[in-house]
Amino acid sequence: MAASLLVTWRSCHRTSWSVARRYLSASPASPPSAVTRFLLRLRQQFYDVEQLMTWSATFRNRAVRRKNLFYGFAQQNYGDNIAAAYYILSLKGSFRFAGQTEWFQPDARGKFSFDFMNFPTSMIEEVDLSGTPINRDGLDNLVSQLHLRRLSLRGCPEVDGWFLTRLHMFNDSLEELDISHCPRITVGALCALQHLRKLHRLNMSSIPSLQNPGLVRILMEEMLPHCLVTGAEYSQGLSLEDTTQTITTHSSTDPGAQPQEEESGQTSAKRQGQMQ
Amino acid sequence: MSTCLRLTSRIHHLQAVAIPSQTVWPRTRSFAHRTQHVSTGVPARSDFFKNLELHLKTMQDKAAAALPGSDWMPFEMTPGLPPERVDILIVGGGVVGWSIAYWLKRTKPRDALRVLVVEKDPTYSQASTVLSAGGIRQQFSLAENIQLSLASADFLKNINDHLGVLNEDPVDLQFNHSGYLFLASEKGAHIMEANYATQRHAGAKVQLLSPTQLKGMFPWINTDGVALASYGLENEGWFDPWTLLNAFRRKALSMGVEQSFGEVKGFNHRVHSVESKEFGRLHIKRITHANVQMPNSMEIQPVECTVVINAAGANSGTVAEMVGIGSGPHAMEAGTPIPVEPRKRYIYVVHSPHGPGLDTPFLIDYSGVYFRREGLGGNYITGLSPEEVEEPDSTNLDVDHDFFQEKIWPNLAHRVPAFECLKVTSAWAGFYDYNTFDQNGLLGIHPQVRNMYFATGFSGHGLQQSPAIGRAVAELILEGSYQTLDLSALDIKRILHEEPLLEENIV
Repeated sequence: MAASLLVTWRSCHRTSWSVARRYLSASPASPPSAVTRFLLRLRQQFYDVEQLMTWSATFRNRAVRRKNLFYGFAQQNYGDNIAAAYYILSLKGSFRFAGQTEWFQPDARGKFSFDFMNFPTSMIEEVDLSGTPINRDGLDNLVSQLHLRRLSLRGCPEVDGWFLTRLHMFNDSLEELDISHCPRITVGALCALQHLRKLHRLNMSSIPSLQNPGLVRILMEEMLPHCLVTGAEYSQGLSLEDTTQTITTHSSTDPGAQPQEEESGQTSAKRQGQMQ
Repeated sequence: MSTCLRLTSRIHHLQAVAIPSQTVWPRTRSFAHRTQHVSTGVPARSDFFKNLELHLKTMQDKAAAALPGSDWMPFEMTPGLPPERVDILIVGGGVVGWSIAYWLKRTKPRDALRVLVVEKDPTYSQASTVLSAGGIRQQFSLAENIQLSLASADFLKNINDHLGVLNEDPVDLQFNHSGYLFLASEKGAHIMEANYATQRHAGAKVQLLSPTQLKGMFPWINTDGVALASYGLENEGWFDPWTLLNAFRRKALSMGVEQSFGEVKGFNHRVHSVESKEFGRLHIKRITHANVQMPNSMEIQPVECTVVINAAGANSGTVAEMVGIGSGPHAMEAGTPIPVEPRKRYIYVVHSPHGPGLDTPFLIDYSGVYFRREGLGGNYITGLSPEEVEEPDSTNLDVDHDFFQEKIWPNLAHRVPAFECLKVTSAWAGFYDYNTFDQNGLLGIHPQVRNMYFATGFSGHGLQQSPAIGRAVAELILEGSYQTLDLSALDIKRILHEEPLLEENIV
C-alpha cells in the first residue's frame, strides 16, 4: 500500500518451481521461462513485487470480465443476431451465418468489417471461438442463437464446467463441439455435456487435467451413444500392466454402430480391470 | 555476556592442559605440565579444537535463545492457547464458521477486527462438513433457501478470485456438474409443481420431466410409480467439502484470523434485568468471556470477546445451553431451548459393475433414498434419511449395515434395476445439525443473549449454503442488517414466536 520502495527481505524455504508452474502456465507440462523464474524469485523476496503481481492478476481477471459483458446496447438497438455477431468478432472469434458460406472474421490486428450488419435476421450456424477469453457470462450474448450447429472452443483458457453446463441451451441444435486443449475442463465438467443429444462429433484431445483420457472417452461414448468422440485413444491413461489386455479391436470402428449391451459389458470389464 | 567471559578464561586455561568433556578448571597454568594431563591415545591439539567447536555451538544456541525473536521462555506455556481478548469469537471450525471468519475479515483492514475460530477437534473426525455428501442444489421449496444456494453457486464459480492465496496452489473443488433429479409420486406431484414455480421465480434453472421424457434421458431408471421428475440444469452438482473448508481456512488465516483448538466449556456473562409489561422481569444476558478448555488438558483459558457466533453445527444446542438459553421458566422466552440436535445419517459406498455412467444425476426418489456417482469406477454413494420414529442413536458414529439391507437396497433396486447386483464397499456416518422445529437455518441474535449470533440448524444443507451464510452473518455484524440477501425470515426469533418456516425438500 505504501508508495515507498523500501526493500523487505523474507526468507522462504519452500521450493517455488512446482507452484510457479501451476500458477503461471496454463498447461503444467511446459517449464517456466527464465524471465518467469526470475520474476517468481523476486516475488518470493519482496512484498512490492508480490503486490504488483497481485494487481496484474486482478487486472487480467477484470479484462476477461469486461470482454464478456452483456452487449445490451447492441441487442436493444440492432437485435439479437447482430449483437451476437458483434460479440463474437470483438472477442476475435469468427462465425458463419446459416445459409451462407462466407465466414466473418477479424484480421490479424483484430479489425473487422461491419458487413454482418446487413443481415439482421440471419442466425449464426457455425462459430469458431478458439483461443478467445470467452467465459460462462459471455454465453449470455449467444443465448438467442438456437440454430448453432458447430462450436469450436479449442484452447480457450476460461472454458470450464460452469461454461459447459450452460451449453444446454443448444440442446436441439449443436452437432459438433471442439473442446480440445482447454486447461480448465475436468471430468466433472464433461458430465454436463449429457444434454447435447444431437451432438455427433466431439473433440476432446489434449485436455490436460484428464488423468485417464481413454476411460473418459469410453464413458463419454456411453453417455452420448450417437456421438463420435475423438482425441483420445482407448489405451491412453492405462497403466503398464493393463496395456497387454487392451482391446485393440475398438480403435478403428465407429462406436455408435455397436450394440449397447456389448459395449457396456466390455467397458465394465475395462473399468474393473482399471480400478483394482 | 557471562558465556563470553567463560570462553575467554577457558582459552587462557587451554594453554596449560587439554580440556576433557566436562569443565574441569586446571590448577596450574605452566606450559611445562601439559604433557602430564594428556589423555591416552589422542593428541591434545585435536581435543582442543573439537571441544571448542562444540562449546562454540552451545554458546551460539544459548545466545540465539536469549535474543528477541526466539520462543524460549523462562516458564512453561501451553502451546496453542487462544488470545486473552478478541473482538469476535466463532464457536465451531466447520465450513460455516470459517466462511463467516473469511467474510468478516474480507473488507476490513488487517488489524481492524480480531477474529478467533475455536474448534474442538483438530482432526475433524466427527465434523459434519467433511462427512457430508457434498452436493449443492437449488431445488428447495423456500425462496430464501434457493437464493442462498444460488449465491453460493456464484461464489463457487469464482472461487479462485475469492479464496486464492498468492504463492499457493489454486483451489480445485473437483466439482461435478450433474444436476439433482427429484422423483415424485402421484401424491407429491402437485407439491413438486408448486416448488418448480417458486424455483423458477427465484432464478433456478430447473426442468420438469414426464415419465416418458425421464426414460428418454435416463434409460436405466425404472419409472414405475413416478408421476413427475424435476431436474436441475445449471448450478447443481457435488464437490469436495474438505477442499472448500481448507480453502476458507487458508484464506482466512492469511487474512489474519486466529485459530485455536479447544472446547468451549462455558461462558461468563453479565445479567441486566429489565421490567417488561408482558413477561414481568426479564434477564438480558451479555457474554463477557468464553472459557476454552485446551485439548487433553484441564487448563481453561477465558477469552474476553465482544461477539460470539454459534456455528457449532450439531453441538449448537449444547453451546447455547452453556449461556442459559432454555433453562428458564417455560412460559417465558428464556425457557425455549435452541431446537438443534445431532441426527445421525449413514452414507454407504457401493460398487455396481453395470450401473449408470457419467450422466448419473444426484437422484432422490420419493421414498427418500438418494444416490450419486462417485468417481469413474462404477462406485456410487447412497443413503436415506430415516423416519422420525426410527432415528438412530446419535451418541456415536457407528454404521448400521442392516439399515442398508432393509431400507435402502429394496428401494434402490426397484428404482434402478442395475443396482440389484451391487456390493457395499464402505460406509460412514455423519451428523446433521437438525433443526427439530422446522429444518431450516437459524440466523441472527438471540433476544435473551444480546451478543450471541447463531448460524446453525441447517439440517443437511449447511455446506451448500455456507458461502452465502457467511456473507449474511458478516453483514449482520458489520453493517447491522442484511445487505445482499434478505434473510429475516430465517431469524431465530421465529422459534420464540412459534412460527415455523417449513422446508419440504429435505433430503
